[in-house]
Amino acid sequence: MDQLIFYTLSALTLVSALVVVFAKSPMYSVLSLIVCFFTIAGHYILLNAQFLAITHIIVYAGAIMVLFLFVVMLLNLNKESEQHKPLKLRIAATISAGMLFLTLIASLKSTQFVSFIAPPPSDMGIVENVGQKLFTDYLLPFEISSILFLSAMIGAVVLAKRDKKR
Amino acid sequence: MTENVIIDPNLYFLGLLIPLFPLLGFLVNGLLGKFLPKASAGWIGSGAVLASFICVLYIFNSLGVNDVIRIDLFEWIVFSGIDISFGLSIDPLTVIMMLVVTGVGFLIHLYSIGYMHDDEGFGRFFVYLNLFIFFMLLLVMGSNFLMMFIGWEGVGLCSYLLIGFWFKNDAYNDAAQKAFVMNRIGDLGFLLAMFFILFQFGTLDFAAVERLAPSIAEHQGLITTIALLLFIGAIGKSAQLPLFTWLPDAMAGPTPVSALIHAATMVTAGIYMVVRSNVLFALSPIALNVILAVGVATSVFAAIIGLKQNDIKKVLAYSTVSQLGLMFVALGLGAFTSGIFHLVTHAFFKALLFLGAGSVIHALHGEQDIRKMGGLKKLIPITYITFLLASLAISGFPLLSGFFSKDEILAHAFQQNILIWIIISLSSLLTAFYMFRLVYLTFANSFRGTDEAKHHIHESPWTMTVPLIILCVLSVFGGLLGLPAVFHAQHWLAGYLSAVTDGSAQYLHHAEHLSHSMEIILMSIAGVGAILMILFARHQYVTKKQLPPADESLTGFEKLVANKFYVDELYERFISQPVFKMSEGFGGFVDKKILDRVVNGVGTVVDMSGKTLRLLQTGNTGFYIFAMVIGMIVIFIIRLLI
Amino acid sequence: MGTVEHIIPLNWYIFVSTFLFCIGVMGVMFRKNGIIILMCIEIMLNAVNLLLVAFSAYSGNTDGQVFVFFIMVVAAAEVAVGLALLMSIYRNIGSTNIDVLNKLKW
Repeated sequence: MDQLIFYTLSALTLVSALVVVFAKSPMYSVLSLIVCFFTIAGHYILLNAQFLAITHIIVYAGAIMVLFLFVVMLLNLNKESEQHKPLKLRIAATISAGMLFLTLIASLKSTQFVSFIAPPPSDMGIVENVGQKLFTDYLLPFEISSILFLSAMIGAVVLAKRDKKR
Repeated sequence: MTENVIIDPNLYFLGLLIPLFPLLGFLVNGLLGKFLPKASAGWIGSGAVLASFICVLYIFNSLGVNDVIRIDLFEWIVFSGIDISFGLSIDPLTVIMMLVVTGVGFLIHLYSIGYMHDDEGFGRFFVYLNLFIFFMLLLVMGSNFLMMFIGWEGVGLCSYLLIGFWFKNDAYNDAAQKAFVMNRIGDLGFLLAMFFILFQFGTLDFAAVERLAPSIAEHQGLITTIALLLFIGAIGKSAQLPLFTWLPDAMAGPTPVSALIHAATMVTAGIYMVVRSNVLFALSPIALNVILAVGVATSVFAAIIGLKQNDIKKVLAYSTVSQLGLMFVALGLGAFTSGIFHLVTHAFFKALLFLGAGSVIHALHGEQDIRKMGGLKKLIPITYITFLLASLAISGFPLLSGFFSKDEILAHAFQQNILIWIIISLSSLLTAFYMFRLVYLTFANSFRGTDEAKHHIHESPWTMTVPLIILCVLSVFGGLLGLPAVFHAQHWLAGYLSAVTDGSAQYLHHAEHLSHSMEIILMSIAGVGAILMILFARHQYVTKKQLPPADESLTGFEKLVANKFYVDELYERFISQPVFKMSEGFGGFVDKKILDRVVNGVGTVVDMSGKTLRLLQTGNTGFYIFAMVIGMIVIFIIRLLI
Repeated sequence: MGTVEHIIPLNWYIFVSTFLFCIGVMGVMFRKNGIIILMCIEIMLNAVNLLLVAFSAYSGNTDGQVFVFFIMVVAAAEVAVGLALLMSIYRNIGSTNIDVLNKLKW
């Protein structure tokens, strides 16, 4: 059962990611990216990271993807206005990405993993445990990330604001 | 060797003062000369040397034969077992040298006041002269080879400055450079010898080297190398074959300079250095033989050249070279004291000869060619009498100073090797002849110049004649320093210097002492020979009134001699020209065609590759990412393969 | 679902996330549209996230999940700024084609 779910989710993830890259219209890309994110959230649940799965959906599907959608629609990007690279470059890109994959997998072969024998506690990913870690060991980075958000927000506002002098 | 180091604050202080006076004179004249009246420079300079002379006299008076005053001012170079102090030491040998340097030096300073009176560089002249005296004192007072080397280089510098004193004349500047370069060749030998000594003994101190030297007596190769390298230094400084050609050219300098530097003091530094390190030389028979050979060859060679010179100063210059050769003969025979003895008497009469020549030149307003002189006997009598006596002294006229000092060397030569005795006897006979050729051509008969010139001839002022007279007295009676045993007298100089030369006595081969009758026979031969040569010269140049022919009319051997055996031309042809050719080759080909091209090529390659590679910077982000991915792949592949 | 670790080997997750990452890399090289490139960067970030969570689960260490949390934070900020930049670019050149922006060269 678990394996079946894993295969399905993995297949969906990869296919939707490929669609993101190959889709003619940006709108399709955005939509298939949403699918991709949801399947990744499924992976998280499968891996007992429930809190992360929820956060993932909220942040990516709820915030980031909406942002993407808004921008795509705002700029009125569609299939017709889309420009593509020359075919040669696209083939080169595909080949080099494939080679990267091969070399990464090949280097994986020569890697020695520490064997994970002890069964992990199944409630490892629940809010309580993650929160415990987050607010004790990682409290300072957590607080600092709020500053990052603040500056990102200001930056985004400044950049996106229309220049009044023009 | 029993040296007795005295620690007497007074002597210490006086010893320190000796070189300081000329230094002070140099500084005062050099830095404040502009603010002082012109005439004062000469008196300040002379006074400084006189003050030194008085100090030396005091030390001479209070220093025993075995005493040494050591003045270690400060530690100079101290590292890894090497310890060279900036120190002076005064022993009998130093005292003798200091007496000559400051005594003769003072007289020549005094003389210069008159001689240089009208020169625009009057002040500058005394600045250089005082600096020279300072360095010369440093040379003879230094307690180690390095201190000696400082003085050695310093006097070389002053020699250069003074030869080129009239720097507006290009020929004089060339002569100065020639002297400097020739000296550098010798200096290199000295320097190498110092490195060897330092390497072998770990010290440069004279006393320590003398103490340690016998320990390497078995290593003949090493000790001979050191001795010969030192001797190369002496060859350069004392103008021996084959580095003698600078000395005749050095006559370009003012005549007092020729007297002081190029006759009495600086050129004898080589002799002093050999005597100072006599133990090193005594340990190496080969080195002594080389010195002997060079001395004999130089002595004869220079004497022959002297026969045909027509410039009054050139004759004296070759005579100096010849006499220096004679001193080296003495050293080569192991008769160190005799060498110093001849050095001292030579300083007296050769300085006198130069000063006399200077007086003649002064009287004739710069004329130096003896063919245009003659008949000066009546016109400048004091100069004539002193010059005549000095010539008698150098020729070895019986009972004058040169007679005794030469005779001592001849006696040593006779003891050890009769062939050498014959050769150097010949050389002294030649000396007698060319000196009197000079005397007669200059002073005898009638004046050969213009009436205008004759009208202006006058005796020199007292500042010039007084030194002449004093030096004349010294030339006549200087021989008393070393009366031989025949006269039932102690050889005073030998006794005085015994502490210095005793160290080497045991290593030298000692011939049997000559019997007194034999000694008297030798003296008679030398004396009679000298007198005969003088009479022969008189016959030639007074009775027959011969004149040296013009240079162009000479043929064969005479031409060869008059042109100094073409030594300069040989050096020019076989050393200077090839070097120039080589530097042209290196400059034109190696530098321009190879080195420059390599250097420019590197620049071009970098420039070109920069111009090409910057095109990679397309500004296209996709391309950058592409390159990055390729790079990642390559790194991973390399990682996999390794 | 509590024993998934024992059924699915860790290597599979590694394969999936590596593949996902390479798709992201390919997308960046493949497309001209700035927005798609941003999306591909998100895919790459998520590939890394997935791998981190997988390692975290298999090693029983929560730290990995906290890292993922922070990566999400950064990704969100990045997207916000990136999209703002793209808006600004679009306003200036009338498209989101980043190949036009090649003035910064030589």
